[in-house]
Amino acid sequence: MTADNTRLQVLWDRLLAVVEEQGQILVRAAFSPIVRECGDISAGIFDAEGRMLAQAVTGTPGHVNTMAMAVKSLRARFPAQHMRPGDIYMTNDPWIASGHLNDFLLMMPIIHAGRLVGFTSCTSHLVDLGGQGMGPEGSDIQDEGLLIPPCRLVAAGKVNDLLLDIVKANSREPIANEGDIYALIACCEAGAARVCRTMDEFGLTDFRELSRYIVETSRRGTLDIIAELPKGTWNSAMTVDGYDRPLTLRAALTIAEDHVLVDFAGTDPCAAKGINVPLNYATAYTVFALRCIIGPDIPNNDGSLEPFQVTGPPGCILNARPPSPVAMRHTLGQMTPDLVFGCLAQALPDLVPAEGASCMYDLPLRHAPEAAARGDVQFALELVFNGGTGARPTRDGLSATAFPSGVWGSQVETTESVAPVLFHRRELRRDSGGPGRMRGGLGQRIEVSPALNQDMILFLSVERVRNPARGRSEGLAGAPGRIRVGEEGPDLAGKGEVRIRPGERLIFETPGGGGFGAPDQRPPAMLESDVQAGFVSPGAARLVYGRSP
Amino acid sequence: MPSPRALRLAIDIGGTFTDTVLVDGDGRILATTKTATTPAEPALGAIDGARPALTEASATWDEIGGFIHGTTLATNALIERRGAKVGTITTEGFRDILEIAYERRHSQYAINLEKPDLIVPRTRAFTVGGRTNARGEELVPFDEDVVAALASRLEADGIEAVAICLLHAYANPAHELRLREMLRMALPDLVISVSHEVSPEAREFDRLCTTIANAYIQPLMSRYLADFEVRFRAAGLACPILMMTASGGMTTLETASRLPVRLVESGPAGGAILAARLARETGRGQVLSFDMGGTTAKLCLIDDFRPRTARKFEIARAERFIKGSGMPVRIPVIEMIEIGAGGGSIASVDRLGRIRVGPQSAGADPGPAAFGKGGKLPTVTDADIVQGFIAPDGLAESRINVNPGAATAVLKSAVGDTLGLDPDRAAFAMTEVVDENMASAGRMHAVESGRDLDERTMIAIGGNGPLHATRLARRAQVRTVVIPKNPGVGSAVGFLHAPVSFEIVRSRYTTLESLDVSAINGFFRDMANEARTVVRAGAPDGPLTERRVAFMRYHGQGHEIEVAVPARDLEPSDADGLRGAFEAEYSRQFSRTVPDMEIEILNWALHLASEVPDIDPAHAAPAQSAANPAGSRMILCDVSGEWREAAVYDRAELRNGARLPGPALITEPQTTTLVSADFDARVDGAGNIWMTRQDGALP
Repeated sequence: MTADNTRLQVLWDRLLAVVEEQGQILVRAAFSPIVRECGDISAGIFDAEGRMLAQAVTGTPGHVNTMAMAVKSLRARFPAQHMRPGDIYMTNDPWIASGHLNDFLLMMPIIHAGRLVGFTSCTSHLVDLGGQGMGPEGSDIQDEGLLIPPCRLVAAGKVNDLLLDIVKANSREPIANEGDIYALIACCEAGAARVCRTMDEFGLTDFRELSRYIVETSRRGTLDIIAELPKGTWNSAMTVDGYDRPLTLRAALTIAEDHVLVDFAGTDPCAAKGINVPLNYATAYTVFALRCIIGPDIPNNDGSLEPFQVTGPPGCILNARPPSPVAMRHTLGQMTPDLVFGCLAQALPDLVPAEGASCMYDLPLRHAPEAAARGDVQFALELVFNGGTGARPTRDGLSATAFPSGVWGSQVETTESVAPVLFHRRELRRDSGGPGRMRGGLGQRIEVSPALNQDMILFLSVERVRNPARGRSEGLAGAPGRIRVGEEGPDLAGKGEVRIRPGERLIFETPGGGGFGAPDQRPPAMLESDVQAGFVSPGAARLVYGRSP
Repeated sequence: MPSPRALRLAIDIGGTFTDTVLVDGDGRILATTKTATTPAEPALGAIDGARPALTEASATWDEIGGFIHGTTLATNALIERRGAKVGTITTEGFRDILEIAYERRHSQYAINLEKPDLIVPRTRAFTVGGRTNARGEELVPFDEDVVAALASRLEADGIEAVAICLLHAYANPAHELRLREMLRMALPDLVISVSHEVSPEAREFDRLCTTIANAYIQPLMSRYLADFEVRFRAAGLACPILMMTASGGMTTLETASRLPVRLVESGPAGGAILAARLARETGRGQVLSFDMGGTTAKLCLIDDFRPRTARKFEIARAERFIKGSGMPVRIPVIEMIEIGAGGGSIASVDRLGRIRVGPQSAGADPGPAAFGKGGKLPTVTDADIVQGFIAPDGLAESRINVNPGAATAVLKSAVGDTLGLDPDRAAFAMTEVVDENMASAGRMHAVESGRDLDERTMIAIGGNGPLHATRLARRAQVRTVVIPKNPGVGSAVGFLHAPVSFEIVRSRYTTLESLDVSAINGFFRDMANEARTVVRAGAPDGPLTERRVAFMRYHGQGHEIEVAVPARDLEPSDADGLRGAFEAEYSRQFSRTVPDMEIEILNWALHLASEVPDIDPAHAAPAQSAANPAGSRMILCDVSGEWREAAVYDRAELRNGARLPGPALITEPQTTTLVSADFDARVDGAGNIWMTRQDGALP
């Protein structure tokens, strides 16, 4: 390392700080609940060749990789010599941006002293793009709403009003959409301005040296870690509930000297409805899972991501191709880390957790269609609840905690303030954590009713109702999710529409995480403390753990 | 009764040092002391600090007409987990508010993450029947029949304090009040905190945590405050004792004992108040205060002479300084960003060959390697010593012998050898990194508040603030830096400028369209009465200033904007004014408004404060003169990276009006000011040092 490297390191730190600032700007101005509650955004800085140098660590991993690839494809599509200061490009093409139409990606060339020196880019989830909306009911991408191919949204600082009008005209939430697009523009502009100021401060004319330093340092660091891993190929398979029938996901993980490859060959084909996953999105969650175990301390950039490769046969549900419907691609996308962990656990048995609830338990509640005619209160809630995470080799799983997503749960008081719903219960589910030497995290039980004399509607798209989180190394499965109306009501499937009438109670139980290690190996003190706290019932302690506490 | 001289004394008890400042009736500083904190009995150390200050000023206890105390005891009790055995009582069906929290991991890639320890295990979490809705209407009556059994259980479990947090109690406290009353009858010794008094805001998890924190430290703090008062009374103090709170105001011992959670983080507030005062004296509307001590650095934005405030912060962050890794506390607080960058912060090299500084700190013990107290790892202070910024005798008052050779040796072994840098370069690189960390934190904080840094004046205090100020300023693109007098005890000086105040933030949801002004007027009247009772206890006479605020947002957004509400009864027509004020502030922050979007109001705040005496008349601009250096030292210039000679000045010898060019060092007993080569310095009529970035210096 030389004195110059110190400067490069400080510059790298600066870029990492700038992308976090950009992310914050975007979240603050966003209208979409998923953006502000979950930080479902991304922001990054790229060099002139489109190589990603820094990316904000935001709320969901769904943007890892997707943004890095998206900027390369946009850059390839628009000739650099035509880019002017103040230009911004945009698309929501699921196969370029982030897997479904709601995610808009913007890219702005950074022009400093008349030269194209790099790009800044950001992604955010818009509330509504028309079509069937955020649900799995579409039969093809056209059903799901408006797709905007890559285009120039802002030309030399002037917004293309027609484009904006088209986005608004095709949305049920035109004002919020417009607000979110302006937030994206502000995010790009702030990033570009900060990068230019940094260049002035450090007397830079381009990013070449910095880019080489960041990418090379990160790639070398990642390869050093890969070199220490066992080499070989490991397979895993996982059955998921699917839309109307179970599906099998398969992965083969190969750890080679200089790369890690995941191949989804053998995975079932796409479903008829919108739970299909474009490969860019499946890749994001796959790489996220790998990097949780392999070099998590190295920031995401072109160099650290390059050794991770993901592929799958076109048309399988983890490599959905147009015109497959993809609106709810996150339902299965969030399951891919468990699939990848299934392989990785064979290579690194002491480092990889058991399966978890994984899929977010979305609880989107809204007024019934007849509300307007009846004069009822109209509302729309996007609540998210989570189950338990898988037990870790040396620690219990986390109860009612999001993983792999980074979503925030809601608060009962705030929810009841803004919408006519009433919660009767929100507590952990006893005995829902998969038994094991280390216990899976517990799911939770939510009970909710209409607060007024009007029906409410729920659109379900959750997993692990029929296929619970499996344990690892002789650990047992967690409890599956369970959804019904009324204690005695029939169990509902994980996908579909539910109507809840006044006086009725929706009982919404999220899954537990899988256990790790044999239950009879659980240290007695831990089991005893579980029973005292009520995480495990005395009956289960006897029957499942074989102990009478 | 205040004596004619009406001296005022401020005592700030920190983790390591107790700072004492004595001023006369005109606010002139008569004496300052810095003594070792005595953790077992902090009041003893406080008296040990106060006595020499009185002696130095030839004053007696009965001449003291104002006494302000700030302490980190409440914070430390929470961090070190030295509080009471607390149980919680929540609404039936909601036993797991604490366990479920926000369902979130604070670190995305950390597979082995542990969630923060929130003090109360599930075995001590109880529930009672009864339900109130968001509008404060009772849906299910309070279940009185279970209280007797609950009380027996609390007693059997040895629970010393309970935190009661029932759903929507902020909207209607009847069930919480009834439960408290019944528990008091059953268990007279039980300490009880109720959520609607501690933090009457919606969001049950935050409110419960705040109530737990209050209950947890309440027994300890009541004992401490009672003991403190007894000791100072015995020493001869006659005037009331006021306590510094996190919001930058003072409150009575009675209120402090009832709501001790408001004392948490009160120490650093003093620095921000001092900076705000100085901002007003010098007419600087946009200020960044920078307080760098031994373990952390704290930054605060000060706009229009008021420190930025917030309604929430986190205590005891387990995992470094990561958001979400601590326990949220919702009280009015001066908003500060705190990062693990102080003189004691330790440098290391990560696996990518990058230098990392902090958040681990060598603290005061073992401290930097150069102090020879057993420190074996390179700290920021060691790097400053290697670069020549701290003279070997520069810490004479602390009776520390500085050994530059030891600093050089650890820099070489822990950083230099790994990276192939000589110790000078390693020291230079370390400070570059730590200064960049602080600048990034400052920029991020500014973004979160919708404000920029570059037009600001920086006011630097703390033992290391004046030493790093110009280097941070350069990175943050700040051009002007002010070092007040006595920067080493800046927080205690700040206490003396605080008003007696109380602030209440209370939730009440409404859309602007459906604003019911008569209900809001009644709501504010109740808050004003409550605040007045508290403030009048500490400031019986004199005018009070009232501020009202609405926290507003567009429907669907998550980020609320503070909008001033007239401090009088509202008329229906005021809705337009509120809309206008909201839109003006929104467009200032986001460069646009959203015309047809509904506006909603979630929370309302009322702030009542005594008036602080006016600023001293402006000091006449002193005649300018060139300053005479007391000597010179070789320093590693932070601009050129080359060794060069820097003049050394003794601050005590600098006359008002003195001017000097960088590079230079200005020394005083508790700190050193570095005037970098691209800055010029001058001393104003009040003795503050102003450092200005030279025109033409790179941006």
